[in-house]
Amino acid sequence: MTKNVTSKELMGGDDDLPLYAPQKKIYPQRVSGTFRRIKWGLMALCLGVYYLLPLLRWNRGLGAPDQAVLIDLPNERFYFFFIELWPQEVYYFTGLLILAAFTLFLMNALGGRTWCGYLCPQTVWTDLFYAVERWTEGDRRARIKADAGPLTAARLARRALKQAIWLIIAWWTGGAWVLYFSDAPTLVKDLATFQAPAIAYIWIGILTASTYLLAGHAREQVCLYMCPWPRIQAALTDEWALNVTYKYDRGEPRCSVKKGRAQRALGETAGDCVDCNQCVAVCPTGIDIRNGAQLGCIQCGLCIDACDNVMKRIGRPMRLIGYDNDINVQRRTSGKAEVFRPVRSRTVVYAALIAMVCAVMLHALLTRSLLDLNVLHDRNPVAVKLSAGAIRNGYTLRFLNKRGFDRVIAVDVDGPANAQIHIVGVDSVTPDRPMIVLARDATTELRVLVTASFDETMEKTQPVKFRITDIGLGEVASATDHFVTP
Amino acid sequence: MSQHNDTDHISGRSTTGHEWDGIEELNTPLPRWWVLTFYATIIWAFGYWVVYPAWPLVSGYTAGVLHYTNRAAVTANLAQLETMRGEKMKALGTASLAEIENDPALLALARARGKTVFGDNCAPCHGSGAAGAKGYPNLNDDDWLWGGTLEQIMQTIQFGARSGHARAHEGQMLAFGKDGVLKSDEIVTVANYVRSLSGLSTRKGYDAAKGEKIFADNCVACHGDGGKGNQELGAANLTDKIWLYGSDEATLIETISNGRAGVMPAWEGRLDPSTIKAMAVYVHSLGGGK
Ligand code: SF4
Ligand code: SF4
Repeated sequence: MTKNVTSKELMGGDDDLPLYAPQKKIYPQRVSGTFRRIKWGLMALCLGVYYLLPLLRWNRGLGAPDQAVLIDLPNERFYFFFIELWPQEVYYFTGLLILAAFTLFLMNALGGRTWCGYLCPQTVWTDLFYAVERWTEGDRRARIKADAGPLTAARLARRALKQAIWLIIAWWTGGAWVLYFSDAPTLVKDLATFQAPAIAYIWIGILTASTYLLAGHAREQVCLYMCPWPRIQAALTDEWALNVTYKYDRGEPRCSVKKGRAQRALGETAGDCVDCNQCVAVCPTGIDIRNGAQLGCIQCGLCIDACDNVMKRIGRPMRLIGYDNDINVQRRTSGKAEVFRPVRSRTVVYAALIAMVCAVMLHALLTRSLLDLNVLHDRNPVAVKLSAGAIRNGYTLRFLNKRGFDRVIAVDVDGPANAQIHIVGVDSVTPDRPMIVLARDATTELRVLVTASFDETMEKTQPVKFRITDIGLGEVASATDHFVTP
Repeated sequence: MSQHNDTDHISGRSTTGHEWDGIEELNTPLPRWWVLTFYATIIWAFGYWVVYPAWPLVSGYTAGVLHYTNRAAVTANLAQLETMRGEKMKALGTASLAEIENDPALLALARARGKTVFGDNCAPCHGSGAAGAKGYPNLNDDDWLWGGTLEQIMQTIQFGARSGHARAHEGQMLAFGKDGVLKSDEIVTVANYVRSLSGLSTRKGYDAAKGEKIFADNCVACHGDGGKGNQELGAANLTDKIWLYGSDEATLIETISNGRAGVMPAWEGRLDPSTIKAMAVYVHSLGGGK
């Protein structure tokens, strides 16, 4: 690989050479096989989830939205099936992000850029757009011929059809996006009758444009130039990770089918690769995997299918290209058996971390309180002396009722001796235990005054604890602050 | 700068001829899309000259075809805000004080409105938290010169005290020393007596009986029997623990000698009725309201 490169070559040498390589058009060929089937399946799953999820209903009772997955920005709520999250609980998303990161690490340690090849939205939509392209403009050969030849009306029509279908898919992608943010059936109706808020149309526009441009036109350019993941994953991978590999120990030297047969008949070794270039023709990033592991390879496995089809035809063993690791190439050359080691310290650690984060999140989710209390001490003035000599402190109490129904709660205070509590705007029947009604699924903010008799021996500050009790359910929440004397 | 040398001998690319410390600058033109974007911004700027105010003239400026001004935009926004608030503020205007107190939504609105208006108008004297200062009552406590019910608070805000308004609270602490009504030793004695009313220590050897007599002769008319005060006249309750001007002997002597007549301005006419109402509710809810 190492070859002395002069700086002149590095810099492009010639004045007229630009510093970047212009995009070379790629014409990926249709292919069938195991990995193509896996990819079709995953594509159906991912797109199905994305397009249909917002339409799924979920009964949450009266007054609550009955959409299974809903990001309700105006009301600051996030609904995910039986889970309802409040803004201060967005740390669950942090958990999800951590989980996603570890899952990526694990996938990377097991199978290289599995994410890139099978699950990345860029891959999924590009794959879909390629399918449309093949359907309208024909397979690789037909497209190359069409691009080389003159632009006939028939060709123009096919192209127009392709662009139209692309735009429809892109538009529907944007449309599905906004459905996550509002009641889907209502929004669909509003969108159709031009009653929907402008922001919905704007987002549909943005998503339509980005889907159309990225999946239709930028395609592999995104993977090669825009995406940081290929650079990062190089640091995550190790010699045990399975990568799409051309087994050059088996393939080289390349020779024709006939020559190979003759050679083998004589008992001599011959490479299995017939240099048919099928693996290159099907590659969505247009690279030649036979040049070894490279940045452009998104590990989609399509070249495996392509080569397997060739091997089947010429009657040689399959998987000349396959998921393999560096170590095995060397071991095979020196006559040793192949080794695969999916269970190793790295993968065990990732799996353990994933399990741990899952457990922590599940625990947090199951034990989260549906009644909560925050307290904020008055800053100005911090304490007030009353005419009879008692001291009063003011607080702002914020009550959170995360349940879907109104509830009656009692407010107690543990503080200085004979501390009395009064809630502004609430006439309590029981003077030292005011009761209030908390509206369902809402926060209520009230001003609370705590008065205690004062003598010189009192501490300058002492703890005060507010406790709220749901009279019906018995749920309790509390918050502490300080009682300050002047 | 070295003499102009067309090509860089290492990369073989042409240079601009600029050289610093042996480092030459390659001639790498900007990408075309970048240059086009740059031209587009220039054209965009011409659009601004035409559409928006742009050039200062000797007296004035070019107004632009939109005749846009920031001030007009702000005024329009404020007007919009007012119409937006209109409905709610109207509800505040028509509801009685008691109705506001008993309607959580109206109460919250009045408190919020009252708080901002208080900050703008009242905070200079009473402090941003209404904790007051010497001579300016603390509105958080339960001691009220002119009464602490919602109606009384509203009246005080509306008409003020000694404000010159026809319906303002009147009544003041007389200057017993300056006007020659009491002699200095009498003032000292009665000051100590007043301190004793609220349980404060008194000067050694002061004559309590004499103090009581002076108080009965001069002060009871306003401050009432036993010094319990009189809200009709704004006469302070001298038996409680709260002192507007201070409770030490020197301050009391000064108060008795020179009198006090603090002014609370009348807000009627300066603030609209529903705003005054909101402010009364806010002050009442600070905790001292009766
Ligand atoms: S080299 Fe093979 S696995 Fe890699 S991107 Fe191309 S077709 Fe996919
Ligand atoms: S598809 Fe297989 S046989 Fe054909 S060129 Fe590629 S590696 Fe060789």
